[in-house]
Amino acid sequence: MNFAELQKKLIAAARANVPGDQVPYAFEKRVSALLASRVAPQNLDGWVRGLWRAAVSCVAVALLCGAWSLFMPATTSATDLSQDFENTLLASVDQGDQAP
Amino acid sequence: MERTETELIAAVLKGDSASFEPLVQKYSPRVFATARRYARRESEVEDIAQEVWLKAFDKLKSFRGAAPFEHWLMRLTVRTCYDFLRGHQRNRELSFSDLSEPESDWLERFVSAPEAASENAAAAKMLVGRVLERLTPQARLVITLLEIEDRSVKEISKLTGWSVPLVKVRAFRARAEMRKIVSKMAKDKYL
Repeated sequence: MNFAELQKKLIAAARANVPGDQVPYAFEKRVSALLASRVAPQNLDGWVRGLWRAAVSCVAVALLCGAWSLFMPATTSATDLSQDFENTLLASVDQGDQAP
Repeated sequence: MERTETELIAAVLKGDSASFEPLVQKYSPRVFATARRYARRESEVEDIAQEVWLKAFDKLKSFRGAAPFEHWLMRLTVRTCYDFLRGHQRNRELSFSDLSEPESDWLERFVSAPEAASENAAAAKMLVGRVLERLTPQARLVITLLEIEDRSVKEISKLTGWSVPLVKVRAFRARAEMRKIVSKMAKDKYL
């Protein structure tokens, strides 16, 4: 069988078969209705975009803080925060004890 | 007074979406005719056409007016049809053993006397539909535009966004792929 000839015949058959250009009834109305229904959600797009940006910024700040607390060298002062806090809280009691 | 295309497009871009309707009405026949080249079922054709118009509305800002609106729309249509083909790759591995009687008759007529098998026969149209369905999306697009619609390589390059050398390479591969499918069809039938 001559495949090249068969291919030519089939291409010629496809050429002869010109597709119709008929459009379903009220197609343009359907497209308009679809577009109108999409306009309302599109108004929310600005908000959605803004909130996403805010979320990304928050994550970035959280990561920076985390990295800072992890990689900053530990302070070697004699008194740590808990000791300072306790001294401040008990300062009035200490003063009461020392009073004559 | 009827508004011109440019006025309609400008109105749509200003937010008057109702002005889009006359454009849909005017160009839908071309969009549907193109979509029917790639989709068989009418529901699929409608889906493609709808997708084309929704994309056209969304991308209207990118239409600069340097070329006619129709050209811009046809580029969008062809690319949407290509996306459709890529998303609906079906029946590509099926054999040709299930040919209908008229299709088998047409093939037999071709084998006995090639000139007697008319390309206008309904069976030939059905057969070519089967062959095209088995092509890869790229090959089908190239064969349709180059061989069936008789467009130039340059035109295809503009429509698809592929470079001219790429269209030539894909056309070469598409022809080879089609030849392979046609020979498989004949072998399934006669071997």
